[in-house]
Amino acid sequence: MNEIAIDVSDVRKTFDGKDFVLNGMSLQIPKGEITVIIGFSGTGKSVLLKHILGLLKPTSGSIKVFGQEITTMTADQLTKFRQRYGMLFQYAALFDDMTALENVLFPLREHRRELPRSQMVEIAMRRLHDAGLDEKHYGKIPSEMSGGMRKRVGLARALALDPEILIYDEPTTGLDPVLTEMVDNLIASTHNLKKGTTSIVVSHDLYAAFRIADNVAMLDAGKLLLFGTPEDFLHSDIELVKRFVAKGVHRKIESQAHEKIEVSRE
Amino acid sequence: MSYLEARTRFNQVFDLAFIWLFARLRVFVNQVGEITGFASKSIRLIFRQPLRIQELISHMEFVGNQSVTIICLSAVFTGMALAFQLFLGFKQLNASGMVGSIVALAIFRELGPVLTGLIVAARAGGAMAARLGTMRVTEQIDALEVMGVDPLQYLVSPRILASVLVMPLLCGVFDFISMIGSWMICIHLLEMDEAQYWERINVWIKPSDIFQGLFKAALFGLFFSIICTHRGYNTKGGAAGVGSSTNRGVVLSMVMIIIIDFFATNIIKIFLDWKEVLLR
Repeated sequence: MNEIAIDVSDVRKTFDGKDFVLNGMSLQIPKGEITVIIGFSGTGKSVLLKHILGLLKPTSGSIKVFGQEITTMTADQLTKFRQRYGMLFQYAALFDDMTALENVLFPLREHRRELPRSQMVEIAMRRLHDAGLDEKHYGKIPSEMSGGMRKRVGLARALALDPEILIYDEPTTGLDPVLTEMVDNLIASTHNLKKGTTSIVVSHDLYAAFRIADNVAMLDAGKLLLFGTPEDFLHSDIELVKRFVAKGVHRKIESQAHEKIEVSRE
Repeated sequence: MSYLEARTRFNQVFDLAFIWLFARLRVFVNQVGEITGFASKSIRLIFRQPLRIQELISHMEFVGNQSVTIICLSAVFTGMALAFQLFLGFKQLNASGMVGSIVALAIFRELGPVLTGLIVAARAGGAMAARLGTMRVTEQIDALEVMGVDPLQYLVSPRILASVLVMPLLCGVFDFISMIGSWMICIHLLEMDEAQYWERINVWIKPSDIFQGLFKAALFGLFFSIICTHRGYNTKGGAAGVGSSTNRGVVLSMVMIIIIDFFATNIIKIFLDWKEVLLR
């Protein structure tokens, strides 16, 4: 296994003092690989993600990112530290009063003030190009874009500062199979383009996990149920994992049928 | 029902009422504490690098420039209506010459700041709550945080500062335009003596009357912007949550403006009295 980028150790989190959303979560995410975190709804995926980002503090336990303990950082230290992250939100979370280009320029304007504007624009355009957005859409505001275009802009914005950790929060939820595949491919191609970046994808979708992941982590009841390669998941004896794998296979069959229809249309 | 039963029931009702009151009081104290923390942090962040000059100018334009038309329209009719009403009343006392100065006093000290506060709180305060609420429910505020940008410094602090800076200017515009309204009614409709009109205003109105109104306007700007941004920033739920935050923000701001006006008037009066004593 590669060097560890994120080390979550025995993290427990409760909001009301009674129920633990994370209940002894331990997880090591390797550097420079794609790790997909899967699990049923309510298993603590989003809460774990917020802990990794430093948006929530654990009730107990430790979270180290590149060897630095983030649970004891002050708000200002965390704000600076977060520049090392890039995140694609579920619905892209683009600033709705800014164009695609301005959205990507925003993190550059905030954190690369020393750069001349022309260079910022050049970087932003390169990122949009890397994310696969056609130049004719650079001047559009989010309400004029399709779901896929928004995801591309969101990804370009996440990549703007060359982050060391890229986080995708349920990037394919609510998308049709074609768009889902497009986003999966985008994640894989972005990872290949930005060698050395640690990618974390939070998803419900095991099929996507199998397509793009180097490692898969499955959560259940606030704990890590299984961490391994997609192969490990296919051969697992754990009942919950088997059910999840069965769903993933079903999705694959659906997707293959869709591909066949597309081919016959052509 | 026996005496004992009646007594027991009374005690139960009394206990429940006390528990309810205590719970309400606790919620109120919690909310006041939360808003105070939010406000103090946001005000502190105004002075921290990077200074948000561009955002400040943009919010000043929104709160100020875009409110001018509605302020002027409200002001001219307020001045006209007030002058006309006072004329009808004062005429019976044979004191119609006092109309101009009384209108000026009422406008500069009370109506100018309060009406400006209410109008701008409804227009700009509502828009602030709705904007931040929408940004919260569409994860745009989370996106700022993840990008290493302090959302309070970027979104809230410039709005608060813009409101505090712009409100006295808007109040000044309100005062001026409503005096024009009053002048039009008194001189052109009621055919009062123009020299006497201005002379009485000159005698009765002191600069402190105008400044206390402007000060109160700045205070109202501070309060409505804090209340509305706090509501918007802490919006929960989807579109319904945004609507609810906007509504609560505007209503609470309006009520607070009227309450604060009473206390501010008293405090200013005490301050001016002390000043007078010290100067003697």
